[in-house]
Amino acid sequence: MAAATATRVLTAPVDLDRPGHYVHWGVIQISVANLVVIGLMVVVFVAALLLPFPRGKRDDE
Amino acid sequence: MTSSWTGALRRYALRKLPPEKLLPESQPAYMASWIYVFGVLTVAALVVVLVSGGVLALFGPAWWHVSSVGKYVNSVHLWSVELFMAVMVIHLWGKFFMAAWRGRRALTWMTGAVTFLASIGTAFTGYVVQQNFDSQWISGQAKDALNAVGVGAWFNVLDFGQMLMWHIVLLPLVIGLLTVWHVLLVRMRGIVPPIGATAPGDER
Repeated sequence: MAAATATRVLTAPVDLDRPGHYVHWGVIQISVANLVVIGLMVVVFVAALLLPFPRGKRDDE
Repeated sequence: MTSSWTGALRRYALRKLPPEKLLPESQPAYMASWIYVFGVLTVAALVVVLVSGGVLALFGPAWWHVSSVGKYVNSVHLWSVELFMAVMVIHLWGKFFMAAWRGRRALTWMTGAVTFLASIGTAFTGYVVQQNFDSQWISGQAKDALNAVGVGAWFNVLDFGQMLMWHIVLLPLVIGLLTVWHVLLVRMRGIVPPIGATAPGDER
């Protein structure tokens, strides 16, 4: 039971022993994995621009 | 005053790299934004890449492919590189859209861009020295592209020894020196102000 739970937790969410999925758009071909990474980078970039930066107390305040 | 090359070098270094600029105690208010964090995140990821790569170099492929600790360190090396490339590209996007070459910062921009190119070469040579079927496939494909542009005889991706030396000696040296130069330039010329803002000392 515990071993089965550990196996389920440690198993990769995506089966890496099978060929990857690809999207095709004209001459452009990209793996879904790379597309997801690029999407996450864009999300982080936009978040870095929009999220407020925590300000510590300054001596002159 | 006696003249000696050590004294002249010290005076030159202090003039070019004053300590108050190397280790400043304050930064302009516009630096309080998450987009300014990605440069130091890139350096932090690079440190993890170099340390994990150093451990892999100590023990070799038989260790990183077979033992559990070796597989772990191999994964740390891979994922720190993934993070390094991701945060470096976000840093690049931020600086590109900020036109970060403004205000005598062209050399800062160029050293960063060349470091990015050197990082791609280092990642590529890393993929071809994994010593597995993946690296065989990548080098088998890459040799055709490199032969097509006429450099295959000089830069032979099927030569493990040559690729390993590029990966663990030449390119890390280039990245290390360029990174130090880049960070020193950031310190000397200051972080770029957002478009529309004025850097302290530039008010005219």
